[in-house]
Amino acid sequence: MTAAVPALPHCRPTDRPRTPSYPPGGGCPTSPPERVISVLDLAALDPGALAPLVVHAEPWINFDVGLLVDRFWANTINGLAYGSVYALIALGYTLVYGVLQLINFAHSEIFVIGVFGVYLTFVALGFEPGAIPNLPLAAIILDLVLAGLVAMAVAGLAAIGLERVAYRPLRRRNAPRLAFLITAIGASFVIQQVIRIWRGSNPEGTIRLLPPSPAFTIFGAPVTNLQIVIILASIAMFVVTDRFVNGSRLGRGIRAVAQDPATATLMGVNRERVITITFLVGGVLAGVAALFYLMTIPQGAVYNGGFLLGIKAFTAAVLGGIGNLRGALLGGLILGVAENYGQSLFGGDWRDVVAFVLLVLVLMFRPTGILGESLARARA
Amino acid sequence: MTETHSGARPTIKQRMADLSTFWNSRSRPQQWVLLIPVVAFLFALPVLNPPIITTEPATDFPIALFSAAVLALIAIGLNVVIGQAGLLDLGYVGFFAIGAYSAALLSSPDSVLGIRLSWIAIVPIAMVATMISGVILGTPTLRLRGDYLAIVTLGFGEIDRLLADNIEPLRGNRGFQDIARPGGTYPDGSPIFTQTDALGFYWLAVAIIIIVLMFMGNLERSRVGRAWIAVREDEDAAELTGVPTYKFKIWAFAIGAAVGGLSGTLFAAQVGYVNNQRFDVTTSILYLAAVVLGGSGNKVGVIVGAFLVSYIPDRFQFEPQYRFLVFGLALIILMAFRPQGLLGMRQHLLTYGRQAYARLFGAGTAVRPTGLSPSTRATGDLPEVTPDDHAGTSPRGGGE
Repeated sequence: MTAAVPALPHCRPTDRPRTPSYPPGGGCPTSPPERVISVLDLAALDPGALAPLVVHAEPWINFDVGLLVDRFWANTINGLAYGSVYALIALGYTLVYGVLQLINFAHSEIFVIGVFGVYLTFVALGFEPGAIPNLPLAAIILDLVLAGLVAMAVAGLAAIGLERVAYRPLRRRNAPRLAFLITAIGASFVIQQVIRIWRGSNPEGTIRLLPPSPAFTIFGAPVTNLQIVIILASIAMFVVTDRFVNGSRLGRGIRAVAQDPATATLMGVNRERVITITFLVGGVLAGVAALFYLMTIPQGAVYNGGFLLGIKAFTAAVLGGIGNLRGALLGGLILGVAENYGQSLFGGDWRDVVAFVLLVLVLMFRPTGILGESLARARA
Repeated sequence: MTETHSGARPTIKQRMADLSTFWNSRSRPQQWVLLIPVVAFLFALPVLNPPIITTEPATDFPIALFSAAVLALIAIGLNVVIGQAGLLDLGYVGFFAIGAYSAALLSSPDSVLGIRLSWIAIVPIAMVATMISGVILGTPTLRLRGDYLAIVTLGFGEIDRLLADNIEPLRGNRGFQDIARPGGTYPDGSPIFTQTDALGFYWLAVAIIIIVLMFMGNLERSRVGRAWIAVREDEDAAELTGVPTYKFKIWAFAIGAAVGGLSGTLFAAQVGYVNNQRFDVTTSILYLAAVVLGGSGNKVGVIVGAFLVSYIPDRFQFEPQYRFLVFGLALIILMAFRPQGLLGMRQHLLTYGRQAYARLFGAGTAVRPTGLSPSTRATGDLPEVTPDDHAGTSPRGGGE
């Protein structure tokens, strides 16, 4: 347990510029095509799994401006794809916060439920971990859409269930805010542990339906088909959500409750229904994010996978201005890109630290976020 | 604690209330005398090794008690932040880690500093280091609303772990061996503090807890304590009435952090080895469970909570994964049905109530603690001037 793992000969600093990512525990890059983005700290809460990764063959922190410039465009595109996933999860945080002024800590677990929904759908459709299926494109797209729908349904229902079981009793009793927060943490813990007991603490096998292949290049940086799909679909989802909240009758109810619950109730808005719908929308978006996430990181189905992602998505929501839908999108994209730059600049180990430091900096200098907090005033 | 005779005519609630009345109407020296046998029992507990209570053969009983005591110390420190000042800190394990790593850096032969201080010299240094880190963390975040604080502290706990992973001199997973222990020998010359025998460490931990409790008690009854309670009950009102809330929140953070650091050094000394594997955020949630379970804001309560959180898994040997599940469920259920915890919060701005009533109506006047909970607030055998005069006001702040 204590013996240092000897430095691997193939792992030298000169290897770095050519490989897109490094494992979270530090040390040697893993096989490049598999780990396109290594944001998920698989070993985060699992002692022992980390042990082989702690190898320090190079200085523990770099300041590599050359690499940053070198990989600027690749990082940007990669970051945008990742940032779209953050943004979709951040929308869930932002919606619930806008309506209830509650940080829904368990939202990251709703996302994980979505991830397992996608994974188990893949398994139910007959895909085996490991092999890349040889199917016509139409069939793959159909399977992916099906998995996405299942994830949306599962995550949406889980979000409603969470609201019913955990938060509604507290609201009935007019509990203090601290009680809501502690309940949220407890719920997050319980969901996580139930998944762990059910599926074990190791990540599920790798099922990759759509292998990434470069479609075209921008400024010398390859753009894969996967990244295009994720970025475009996320923006489409965002537009739909934005239209729903700002343009539909139900969305008007959401904004009314966000602005003033008591008055909204007097004006005939059914507050409980609005809250349920808000959780549903957040859960559905988390389900979509789960599909894109598992398409990018096929080995990402693990019980504690939501923890870091949840904090980062929350950071994204705060960055853009919590309670503000456009802010969530902007914050997610900025965070995804900034993380990649930080990874190039300081080294792969520092990726997660960059996100947290960014959160603290935002809260220090502009606690209302870039676009300000305004679900209620999203459209005046 | 209280014996709860089931089935007898007085209900548990009444008995608890009677006991608390009895206790509160004693003078301070009387309370001290009454506490002596309790403390003596606590010190003797690992030696007595009572048959049903013991965790053996599965877990060594002194070690189980020592980990319970360390958790109790942590809970007392966290209680300052959560219970007294009402700030939700989810990264408390970070302070614990800083304390443990301070001990490691200052005494382990693996350390880059290359010095070996004695444990007793390390303790103040570690406490100052954690206090400073508490201030550094608190300065940007404590101006914000409570829920931002929760997520930032969660991030802080995670950053601490990542730093221990990433920064080469902190040795990541390899860790630090041979951390200094307190000195001292038994009359026969054998050392009191060894890694194999936690008995000495348990006594040390209990002694430290008692000292910290005395310190905290005085703090609670001081201006600082009243300011914390004011901040917890209504920050805006406190600010308007002239309490410098920001300053006192930073103090709460710093003092809580220092106690966390102290418990970290104690833990590091007993285990003798520190690496990055013990400081994940799930552990922080267990600390939170200990405080909330026992009753945040109540010193005795959080000790009971910490004891339960640490002792029950040791005694009944359930798997660690079920431990997290059970305490997560406990958090939800408690918040839904008994948000004040097993023993409710005691202080509600009436810190000097006991003395004030005693002065007004003579010593020995029964004064019940006033609390948020209806159970403690209901029966009014108080003198005419009671805080219940406001009981008719709606908690929702009616006027709207």
